[in-house]
Amino acid sequence: MRGTPEVKEEELEILLTDLNERYGYDFTDYSRASLKRRVNRLMVTEKFPSFAEMRFRLIEDPFYLRRFIEEITVNVTEMFRDPEFFTYLRNQILPHLGTYPFIRIWIAGCASGEEAYSIAILMEELKLLNKTLIYATDINPRVLEGAQTGIFPIRSMQQYSENYRLSGGTEEFSKYYIAQYDKALFKESLRNKIVFSPHNLVSDRSFNSFQLILCRNVLIYFQLRLQNRVFKLFDASLDQLGYLALGAKETLRFSEIYNKYKQVDSREKIWRKNEA
Amino acid sequence: MKPDLVIIGGSAGSLQVVLEIISLLNTPVAFSIVCVFHRKYTPHDNTLITLLQSKSLIPVKEAEDKEMFKPGHIYVAPANYHLLLETDRSFSLDISEKINFSRPSIDVAFMTAADALGNKLMGILLSGANSDGVLGLKRIREKGGYCIAQDPATASVSYMPAQAVAQKVIHERCSPKEIAVRLNQYG
Repeated sequence: MRGTPEVKEEELEILLTDLNERYGYDFTDYSRASLKRRVNRLMVTEKFPSFAEMRFRLIEDPFYLRRFIEEITVNVTEMFRDPEFFTYLRNQILPHLGTYPFIRIWIAGCASGEEAYSIAILMEELKLLNKTLIYATDINPRVLEGAQTGIFPIRSMQQYSENYRLSGGTEEFSKYYIAQYDKALFKESLRNKIVFSPHNLVSDRSFNSFQLILCRNVLIYFQLRLQNRVFKLFDASLDQLGYLALGAKETLRFSEIYNKYKQVDSREKIWRKNEA
Repeated sequence: MKPDLVIIGGSAGSLQVVLEIISLLNTPVAFSIVCVFHRKYTPHDNTLITLLQSKSLIPVKEAEDKEMFKPGHIYVAPANYHLLLETDRSFSLDISEKINFSRPSIDVAFMTAADALGNKLMGILLSGANSDGVLGLKRIREKGGYCIAQDPATASVSYMPAQAVAQKVIHERCSPKEIAVRLNQYG
């Protein structure tokens, strides 16, 4: 770890300009400290001798781009992460959605898809899955490919099963997947209800209207200006009386759309859109 | 050297030390204080903030994402997130992989603080059983900041501050009381 190569502020700006101009990925409104940390980390793991070499590879090798995007964004997630949040969804939010003839849920920034499968499981247990479609989107085409397969490491199942139980799940968690060697393949009936698709919250527009949008632990990587853009995008994509769920440390409080929403619980980060 | 921000990292055995230090500080303080503790995550738990507040007149609060840090406040890194300091003097949170088996990682907070504040930063590493924070102190020092380790002889778990001493990344080692005296010199 000694002599860790370090990208300078100016170099980071050069990299961001390259990504935007060459590839149309605009990271300029991402939080800098996290971005810089991940670029530095990539310098080490990919053994780039200097910034110039990293930049050259990125410009000359479009295939490397996908890996680069995956590495500089954060894709750490779990099934039923924050069990108390999922308990609240199961008991207080999702049953409301049952009154709709057709339920559309958007998971924005789904990373490797664990949350999408968690929601599908909840909908199945509430007997609502047959009329539900879950749109799970992310900036990373690579992680979406993995998510789509429904295959997750078997070593994660113990933790996920515990999270599931803590969130009020009463079934055997293992009934939702087939275990094979070191992999767990989630049931096709769950996979069929999830549409994985690339979507960039920085530059892409609203693509449907939803009754529930989940975007947890994504906005912390954005600067305030971009957070606001994304909030407006969500507002444009949410039905009246629809719900917006954020991460434990994220809030709608300082956003421009705040007065159109009510927080449904003093603790959980879930807001409901007012009737127009 | 008069710091704009004092960042304190601690693991096992460090809470008592921070409680002692802040109870000895003259108020108001002219700098911001940021505490990064290794601790277990309990949802909606406010005990730590309440406990710290009970020892000091300096307002104590959890650091929030994109919040600007101001002098005269004590900020505590939330459990289960990394705390990063930005050059515009705001906080960012990050829920990426644990570093040194820890989230928050002291190294992450210290390193980003070093980048953001340069020679306007003081880093203090307290009691703990992990080596998290040592690289962070090194970065603070490289960027012109001032580094203190709790005197390992006074630490209930000496490994962490002893690492900082052994790797020669600190300017001085201090007992908790001496740390408070040092901070009171800066008003």
